[in-house]
Amino acid sequence: MKPGGPERIRLTKKATAVQRKIRILVAKPGLDGHDRGALVLARAFRDAGMEVIYSGLLPSPEQVARMAIDEDVDVVALSLLNGAHMTAFPKVKRLLDKLGGKDIVVVGGGIIPEEDKPELTKLGITGLYGPGSSFEDIVEHVRGRVRKERWTG
Amino acid sequence: MLRNVGEAYWRRKAKSVVEKRAKKGTLYERKAVEGVREGLKQWQDTVYAGWVKKSPEATKDAQTASGIPLKPLYTPDDVADTGYPEQGFPGVYPFLRGIYPNLYRGRMWTMRMFSGFGTPEDTNKRLKLLLDHGETGLSIAFDMPTLYGYDCDNERAHGEVGRCGVNVSSLKDMEVIFDGIPLGKVSTSMTINAPATVLTCMYAGVGKKQGVPFSQLRGTVQADMLKEYIAQKEWAYPPEAHLRLVRDLMVFATKEMPRWNYISISGYHIREAGSSAVQELAFTLADGFGYVELGLEAGLKVEQFAPRLSFFFNSTMDFFEEIAKFRAARRIWATVLREKYGVTDKRSLLLRFHTQTSGASLTWQQPLNNIVRTAIEALAAVLGGTQSLHTNSYDEAWALPTEQAVEVALRTQQIIAEETGLPSVIDPLGGSYYVEWLTEQLEEEAYKYFDRIDKAGGLLKAVKTGYLQREIAENSYRLSKRVEEGKDAVVGVNKYAKPEKEPIDTLKIDFKAQRAQTRRLAAVKRERDEGKVRAALAKLERAFEDEDANSMYPMLDAVMRYATLGEVMGVGRNVWGSYKEPMLL
Repeated sequence: MKPGGPERIRLTKKATAVQRKIRILVAKPGLDGHDRGALVLARAFRDAGMEVIYSGLLPSPEQVARMAIDEDVDVVALSLLNGAHMTAFPKVKRLLDKLGGKDIVVVGGGIIPEEDKPELTKLGITGLYGPGSSFEDIVEHVRGRVRKERWTG
Repeated sequence: MLRNVGEAYWRRKAKSVVEKRAKKGTLYERKAVEGVREGLKQWQDTVYAGWVKKSPEATKDAQTASGIPLKPLYTPDDVADTGYPEQGFPGVYPFLRGIYPNLYRGRMWTMRMFSGFGTPEDTNKRLKLLLDHGETGLSIAFDMPTLYGYDCDNERAHGEVGRCGVNVSSLKDMEVIFDGIPLGKVSTSMTINAPATVLTCMYAGVGKKQGVPFSQLRGTVQADMLKEYIAQKEWAYPPEAHLRLVRDLMVFATKEMPRWNYISISGYHIREAGSSAVQELAFTLADGFGYVELGLEAGLKVEQFAPRLSFFFNSTMDFFEEIAKFRAARRIWATVLREKYGVTDKRSLLLRFHTQTSGASLTWQQPLNNIVRTAIEALAAVLGGTQSLHTNSYDEAWALPTEQAVEVALRTQQIIAEETGLPSVIDPLGGSYYVEWLTEQLEEEAYKYFDRIDKAGGLLKAVKTGYLQREIAENSYRLSKRVEEGKDAVVGVNKYAKPEKEPIDTLKIDFKAQRAQTRRLAAVKRERDEGKVRAALAKLERAFEDEDANSMYPMLDAVMRYATLGEVMGVGRNVWGSYKEPMLL
């Protein structure tokens, strides 16, 4: 259960899910200035009715995790196109778990080779969309995971 | 453009393109044009309209990728006021038809494929292989830590060493990369920006150790910091600090390394970040004018440095708009340099450019389709008169390219060069009603953007307030939405999609590079004279603090004493701090 105001504690899970807009942090946890996908997605998430926070450029995995906790987000959407996803993505996930954000949904995207996907998925980092993916698919994926998290988490 | 604003020149130019430039010597007789106009109207009413009524057109609201509305047909009427003298001839001002008199008839474009990965040893082996195959133009890509100016043992480098290119943490690494390669005999293009001054010093250092005088070193660094803030976003310091370093590089190289091309003014990244062809054209040329002003501020003459500036453009899928973009770029550059900056030296008016096909146009779905995309983009670059070309590999939407994919990409260029017969005729699309009209449209739009940049307070301010970045983000979102809504087709993605098959092979890089590099860096630090390194870095710091000093000399000294990339860049971080970009959302 996420920390929330007193009135939210009284709500049932379902009511919370209906009430609260999805808060999502779009972040690039590494030395990677390719921000086109991240910026476009941030706008697409916003158009889909989510509350979007953008990390800005070049945060470390620590800063991303800290930001996610401080901003009380439901989802962290990670994007990297520099090949460092196998170290940076799991690192963010680990830090989130450590900082009390175990229930924060982590999705990822960028240039992710097929053979890297099973390992990331096993860690709970899903989506892993590449260039040319449709907003609709990505938004649906995020919504689906949040729905699941809110019902079973 | 860079800092000075409020000039009427851009407004006047934008207007003169609208009103058409030449009243003298137009291509067609007034009477003949009137005849064409009448004929066109008749054709529209009697032939076209009836035909379309019977079989309605699928193409409604046709427009270029930049959003310029298109008519179904172009005629002499559309270029009636374009005087032929304005198009001129190849090798003649304003170089619309090409910068050299005989273009590819004399010399084929350079097929420059860039490489660089893993450890310096890996890259050295690859470079030697390319040299054995007859290449003399080497082109090197660096990894992210190097591009941002961090050493391989920095916490921020973890997992990124040797991934997107080769890692360079000190002069030692450069010595290994060029081991057994005589720097006096090759030309080396290094895709490096924020630390371009440091890498230039290292290259010069290797030359010195090989006994090659600075004056004989040939090569290119990108060093285009303006486009870093606009698009690629790989900086270490605030814009003013980086521009000052670029200035030091210009002054140093003009004097000491006259064959060093010190700025490659890049539209490539601006386009990849989601801009339109118009924005790529306008922002890149604006950057170019910015560097011209930077050189002038430093007391150099345009003739001294303009021949060392070159351009780097993107080529993507809207075939004719891309061709028009390249042609327009040449004409704008020559025109503005002559008219606004008073340049007469012919060599300084030539817009030489390298082209790379668009990475963003590649899809991870049905990757073999990317070969076709790349071929079309390469063709546009050649028809646009490029001096050199890098073709992307079809697997690059997945990962770094495999050797087989790189080979297909190179073969694509060779097929265009040797099987199509295309190089026989110079600027074969010159005179096409459509292409000439479109070229003028792009010029007009570019001049309007120059004026808007001026109104936004000049280039530097437009960068610092995020005006240009937001313009690009806006366009990028527009493009994505058009694809999402099916207005623009991407074959295999929103059209003719099918369930994906087996993934293709990709090149794997392990942590070997990180370990090897960290070990070597530790050895370098053990073996060097620590006192001398500290003294050299202190001297460099004083040079950074003195706005009028040229920091290249103390930097060269520090690098030669094996101060690391991270240490040298760190001095700048102390003096200037880092930079946070304006909010773009």
